[in-house]
Amino acid sequence: MILLWLILIPFLGGLLCWQAEPWGDRVPRWIALVTMLFVLVISLVLWWSGDFRLPDGSQSPWLLEWRAPWIPRFGIEVHLALDGLSLILVALTGFLGTLAVLCSWHEIDHRVGFFHLNLLWILGGVVGVFLALDLFLFFLFWEMMLVPMYFLIALWGHSGSAGQTRIRAATRFFIYTQASGLLMLVAILALVFVHYTNTGVLSFSYEVLLGTDVPDALAPWLMLGFFVAFAVKLPVVPFHGWLPDAHGQAPTAGSVDLAGILLKTAAYGILRFALPLFPEESQAFAPVAMTLGLVGIVYGAVLACGQQDIKRLIAYTSISHMGFVLIALYSGSELAIQGAVVLMVAHAFSSAGLFILSGQLYERIHTRDMRFMGGLWGRIPVLPGFTLCFVAASLGMPATANFVGEFMILFGTFPTAPVVVVIASAGLVLAAVYSLLLMQRVHFGPACREGPLPGPDLREYGMMLALVLLVLLVGLYPQPLLDTAAATSARVAELFGNGGPPVLAGGAD
Amino acid sequence: MMAATVVLSFLLPLAGTLLLALSAGRLGARMSVIIGVGSVGLAALATARALILYPGTPETITLWTWMAVGDFRPTIGLAVDGLALVMMAVITGVGFLIHLFAAWYMTGEAGITRFYAWMNLFVFSMLLLVLGDNLLLLFLGWEGVGLCSYLLIGYYYQKSANGQAAFKAFIVTRIGDVFLALGLFLIFRELGTLNIREILVRAPQLWQEGGTTATIAALLVLGGALGKSAQVPLHTWLPDAMAGPTPVSALIHAATMVTAGVYLIARLNGLFLLAPDVLLLVGIIGAVSMLLAAFAALAQTDIKRVLAYSTMSQIGYMFLALGVGAFDAAIFHLVTHAFFKALLFLSAGSVIVSCHHEQDMTRLGGLWRKLPVAWVGFLAGGSALVALPLVTAGFYSKDEILWQAMAAGNHGLLAAGLLGAVLTGIYTVRLILGIFHGQPGSDHARNPEPGSSPVTHHLPLVVLAILSSFVGAWLYPGLDTLFPAAPGEGTDAGHTLLQLLAIGAVISGLVLAGWLFLLRGNWLNQLVAQGCGRRLWSLWHHAWGFDALFDRLLVRPWQLAVTLLRHDLINLAMNLPALVARALNSGLVRTQNGRVRSYATVMVLGVTIILTVMALAAGGAP
Repeated sequence: MILLWLILIPFLGGLLCWQAEPWGDRVPRWIALVTMLFVLVISLVLWWSGDFRLPDGSQSPWLLEWRAPWIPRFGIEVHLALDGLSLILVALTGFLGTLAVLCSWHEIDHRVGFFHLNLLWILGGVVGVFLALDLFLFFLFWEMMLVPMYFLIALWGHSGSAGQTRIRAATRFFIYTQASGLLMLVAILALVFVHYTNTGVLSFSYEVLLGTDVPDALAPWLMLGFFVAFAVKLPVVPFHGWLPDAHGQAPTAGSVDLAGILLKTAAYGILRFALPLFPEESQAFAPVAMTLGLVGIVYGAVLACGQQDIKRLIAYTSISHMGFVLIALYSGSELAIQGAVVLMVAHAFSSAGLFILSGQLYERIHTRDMRFMGGLWGRIPVLPGFTLCFVAASLGMPATANFVGEFMILFGTFPTAPVVVVIASAGLVLAAVYSLLLMQRVHFGPACREGPLPGPDLREYGMMLALVLLVLLVGLYPQPLLDTAAATSARVAELFGNGGPPVLAGGAD
Repeated sequence: MMAATVVLSFLLPLAGTLLLALSAGRLGARMSVIIGVGSVGLAALATARALILYPGTPETITLWTWMAVGDFRPTIGLAVDGLALVMMAVITGVGFLIHLFAAWYMTGEAGITRFYAWMNLFVFSMLLLVLGDNLLLLFLGWEGVGLCSYLLIGYYYQKSANGQAAFKAFIVTRIGDVFLALGLFLIFRELGTLNIREILVRAPQLWQEGGTTATIAALLVLGGALGKSAQVPLHTWLPDAMAGPTPVSALIHAATMVTAGVYLIARLNGLFLLAPDVLLLVGIIGAVSMLLAAFAALAQTDIKRVLAYSTMSQIGYMFLALGVGAFDAAIFHLVTHAFFKALLFLSAGSVIVSCHHEQDMTRLGGLWRKLPVAWVGFLAGGSALVALPLVTAGFYSKDEILWQAMAAGNHGLLAAGLLGAVLTGIYTVRLILGIFHGQPGSDHARNPEPGSSPVTHHLPLVVLAILSSFVGAWLYPGLDTLFPAAPGEGTDAGHTLLQLLAIGAVISGLVLAGWLFLLRGNWLNQLVAQGCGRRLWSLWHHAWGFDALFDRLLVRPWQLAVTLLRHDLINLAMNLPALVARALNSGLVRTQNGRVRSYATVMVLGVTIILTVMALAAGGAP
């Protein structure tokens, strides 16, 4: 039942915020904050009390499960379940949701209630994605997070440079994800019908469909249907076009949610659905996926260097980072998949930090164009230091969470695909180039204008400090994360059977 | 007991960094200096205590397991042995003196808190680098010192050129770091461990000498060492790195960080002994770097750039020693070099501040009476640099290197080392004459303001001057037991002859320099002003044109790619469906024009076409 509440709380909180609008701007903000803190606390309590050791074959892999019939005629039910991986991501959603509410405290000043309705419904949808085990329900939540995101960009976004309006960015985001979602729906329905023809049972349940014997001619196409839907969201080059526009135009809270959590739903989808449902096809597809990952790493990095808008730069770095995640997911190595989980969390922290910082800069100098920045180190207290921390994380400096993630991925992938790792490692140099370029253009160099700017207030300082501490904590002691995700990662790694790296053969259990 | 002091030695600088960083500029300059210098001073005391408590056998201190997945379990663990302790002593000891001097050097500069926060962070990272018992923790320190180096080179951030120098330093060394990282991946795949001691045990068991895997692994590690230690071809960042404050150059770009590559190879000696070809390559690269840099040093006018090339050249000597398997000699030279090069840089810093930030040799001159302390510092450091026989520390360490090269039977490297000694003599004399003798070249040099603070100015210079003399050589404990036997161990045949040769090289360098610069100064000036001499000067001045080469090969293609792709070509291609849809739309919109006339026309046309098709179809199939 607690799982259902995890989803319902943001939805109900959102409605409350909307209805509380007449009482002033502060009330919806506080309601939203309390709601997200509530989600965060519940997930942390679950984490604290949970047991994530590798279950024996007989045991259920789920820590918590909840099911109720919904449309019995088609075998559709409300089936929620939670394991280590989804718990980490739900907790992350709670944390970043809290930050998203906090960072819009002053930024959003019109239709505050409706804004928070949208924000909380996105987060509710995301939590639903992480918990749903029924494929129909999963699809429902998958689509549900798009609509409020559309409004978030379209109504509260920035009107950026020429030809880039927020409406256009929002529409582009919507079409990309909607079209790819359609492919997934087709793939889901086809899978269900194949299962129905095989067994006579109509069911959308993940566990029932897991072992479905799909005809060889059809299976790769179904796998691709899932993959493309997730690839658009991750995003994988060449399906990345919506991301820079959406980030460039979205309000800070939207960017934080997009980069921090929405991109992670894609990686989660691959781990939970694309790989386990089609293990053989995925293994055959792995070289292509890894190549796409490499293209993403390099292409994202090159484009990041050419940007003038600070938020677009960070958006392209996300593409580069997610390339590492994609490589890891298809490596079939437990070490690499664990690394991908850490990198997902790390990237959520570091990119959220950078997006929040660019939001704070925007509030002070009213531009996101880096040509009008420079020399801010001497003008703003404290914020440049925080920027430096997140830039260091973004370039994979050891002792930050990103380093742990990236290096575990590279260590894990090297035994099976050394060439991929060699090329991906070049991405480490490129990461340094774009990260330092950001630092150089924004905070160093001659000052564009004179005069000091206000430093962070307590709210801004607190957000930044929390993020920096988490980046360092995960960077120096990632073990709690690793232990929590271990069971899930190990199962996914086993899917690729003999493809696993030899070094890990003895140590996986 | 020793464990606690060792941990304390790097926690203290970290605490200093945190205090200074979290104060966010609220501390006054004086308080910042006290915290910044004090933390490193206390770290030096802790190191001294650890040296006393050291039982003589290596010890491992495991703090916690960093991460654990299957066999992959690197720890936050420290390995304390003779090598680590020697490095710690250099880092905290010389580091403390430089921090102290910086209090004088940085007086009145804005952002003193930031300066000391980063300097302390550097000391912390460097200590972790030498203490890490596994390669991943070593890599943490390795990258940490790189970041601090970047920040401190760009300390005067308002000038774009400084930012570019810092950027270049970080990127070039990062390229080397990627090779090191690949080496780590390979070592872990093949040996299943990253623990340095286990690597040294397992490698000889699993790898055959001269085998492919061992060779590739050693090459990759060497790549990392070349970047950090500014050896050819990853050396171009070091001269530009002189944009930072002079104490930074002394600490990071002379005494400690740039010698990390030497430390790494010495630490992984067993790995390199399995790859004799790579080890030889280390020596050759060292010799080439040493000579290239020495020639480049001859043609610089900026005193810090002379010292930068000299550092590169001296590290070349250390690589040469590593290349002949004389690991102890390399570390010995690392230590003495840390003393005398720190002294030279600090003395240069003293001159620079006294002369109102003038650091061009042609605009200095005649300063020896006015800046006696700096002059003595330069004489002591310079004589150690040229390895003046018997009285200087540099003599003993350089002699050891040349002797080992000779004992190894590698006469090519030996000859290079002797030629290097001659060149060192020439550029050192040119440097000292240019700064302190002759006529002052500008008003800044005519009216210098000598440093007068006894504690923050004189004390560090005097202590380093003493350490640069034979005292410094005595202090070095010798690490023979830690390393595999060096080629020259146990014999002494020909050593005296070699010493005479080496002394001859030094003296001839000095005499040649004296003759050239004192007696034939005008002739020399004319020579470099035209024709061949001028071209040679230009070539050496630009350090053999590596910068221009890399600019063509790497920087410009990269910039071209960035410019070409700026508008996201792949994304534009993905817009095609949208464009097609829009074209169809605008085409079809025209048919809906609301005019009955055109609707009727279209209808009639349509009916005609359909009827024609039907008639043809009926006619075709009777």
